Amino acid sequence: MNVEKWKVTFVVSRQKNQEPRLYQSFQLEIDPDEYVLDGVERIWAFHDRSLTYRHACHHSTCGACGMLVNGVEKLTCITSIRSVTHNGGTLKVEPLRNFAVVSDLVVDMSNFYTHLEAAQFGQVASLAQAALPHDADTRSVTDGEFERLVDCIECGLCVSACPSALTSETYYGPAVLAAAQQAFNQSKNSALIHFADQHDGAWGCHSAYECSAVCPSNVDPAWRIMDLRKKTLAYRIKQLFRK
Amino acid sequence: MPDQPHAIIIGAGFTGCATAHDLTLRGFKVTVLERGEIASGTSGRTHGLLHSGARYCVSEAEAGIECIDENIFLRKIAKQCIEFNGGLFVALNEADVAYAPRFIEGAHACHIPVEELTGKAALRLEPNLNPKVLLAYLVPDGVFDPLRLALAFAASAKQRGAQFWPYHQVKGLVIDGQKQVRGVRVWDRTSGKEFEVRGDMLVNATGVWAGEIAAMGNTSVPLKQTPGVMVAFDQRATQRVINRLNEPGDGDIIIPQRRMAVIGTTSFEATDVDYIPVLKEQVRQMNTEAFELLPILRQAHMRGAYMSARPLIDSSEEGRSLSRTFKCYDHQEISGLGGFVTITGGKATTCRGMAEKTADLVCQKLGVRAECQTRDVVLSSYRDYYQN
Repeated sequence: MNVEKWKVTFVVSRQKNQEPRLYQSFQLEIDPDEYVLDGVERIWAFHDRSLTYRHACHHSTCGACGMLVNGVEKLTCITSIRSVTHNGGTLKVEPLRNFAVVSDLVVDMSNFYTHLEAAQFGQVASLAQAALPHDADTRSVTDGEFERLVDCIECGLCVSACPSALTSETYYGPAVLAAAQQAFNQSKNSALIHFADQHDGAWGCHSAYECSAVCPSNVDPAWRIMDLRKKTLAYRIKQLFRK
Repeated sequence: MPDQPHAIIIGAGFTGCATAHDLTLRGFKVTVLERGEIASGTSGRTHGLLHSGARYCVSEAEAGIECIDENIFLRKIAKQCIEFNGGLFVALNEADVAYAPRFIEGAHACHIPVEELTGKAALRLEPNLNPKVLLAYLVPDGVFDPLRLALAFAASAKQRGAQFWPYHQVKGLVIDGQKQVRGVRVWDRTSGKEFEVRGDMLVNATGVWAGEIAAMGNTSVPLKQTPGVMVAFDQRATQRVINRLNEPGDGDIIIPQRRMAVIGTTSFEATDVDYIPVLKEQVRQMNTEAFELLPILRQAHMRGAYMSARPLIDSSEEGRSLSRTFKCYDHQEISGLGGFVTITGGKATTCRGMAEKTADLVCQKLGVRAECQTRDVVLSSYRDYYQN
């Protein structure tokens, strides 16, 4: 069977030992229906074994392979080459913004995961709590209680795209606040309101909505941050009348 | 032997991470070397099916029993990353129905709980099933997130002192004059530096790449590298895992995961598995089979397609009939090379059991008396892996 092949120049960000970033070009002859991550993996397998990048599931459930593709945050395992370049074109691959670079395309996610853990939202929730309230319900049946892995795959694309995260290293960022909003819906634990009611929390958002634009997984963090603000205010008002 | 024996594990897939967890619980010092990211080889690319064992109960009872036993353990220790909604084995034609008696007999022999449903009852549970469904069986299947399962084992090991070095590729073994492995030479891909790591026992947990590591010590493992394709669709069409009630074949499993449906899988042999392109013809054939089970997926969009290479123990048989069970090899017995064991084969579902057997062998070889504790120890949050 004849498979269509494109000539694509991958321009890849290279950085080792905290040295200045360099860009290295690799010419690939590749089926445009392959994904950007496949191209990066081909470079590692056939051109340069020193290239480092994060990846695991290759089908958008693990969130490891977030990168900048031509300057835009993408989950590279589901971003087809066809959708981001053309035959004879170039394709620039860089690490996510607003994270420290460990090596080449690998960024340090440890702070991000520490904050996510503090937001107390687990990866498995009931169907209703896993989905957005204004979203088409993903339930196919009504009998029985079902659970599923939630939408947020903790890929960090939202943090990379966030202008507030760019200007403040201490801002929790969209994913963490979205997690706190979902955790509060689940547990009604007021500690989460205190967690969000901070300058670095829900009030640090400048409403750019870039997070929701790049989210590959229907989390809609911007909406969730606004909802968290509402819940925070409601909580504060209730507190006023409690005494 | 020093007070705290040091095990070096190569490979941070499910087996390597679970073995690290097991050995740290038995008091070992553990170093895990992984050439890529955690679970970036076969483990990450699994479809994420927590097998009930029913898929293998007819053809391979041993694998079926391993799966149901480990399914129960994992649900207890790794609940944090498992959707447990059960599964259905679905009969769509007379040939499928004719398979049912063997299926029931196999399931009973493997002590897998199954519940028979009429076609109508199955449709009530999962309305998106092909309306032609004649008969179905409920089984205790589940679905896990692959990276997070590996990370949860790694986080638990790390909490007990294990060191994880991702992006560190083993370049060679350090072998002394007595044919004893003393350590490995490692290339740090993040800095370009090469150095040696010394230990008391080397555990090769590189799965489908186990032969390459074994060859560094002029020894071998009987292994077939058997990739298969998987396709993710952007619609969660069912809550339960849907299996075709028949002999294992292409496109006979559909796994709901987050908002997706993941279809698996094909099976063929390959020699180089560092990069396996997705074969479009296989995708088309497999999808056709799967659409028969869930016609609604014809209207869904393909979200991703990927290849994963299974490490199957070579019993000199072909593809599908290869054993799904795992095996632990002592290279002392294979080629007289001491201080070196290999664990390979198996399924993601059985990774804890694989780790137990491997740690048993490591302890036996080093004269360490320590019982396995991993059946009851609930794993740390996978996010703790990232805590320094």
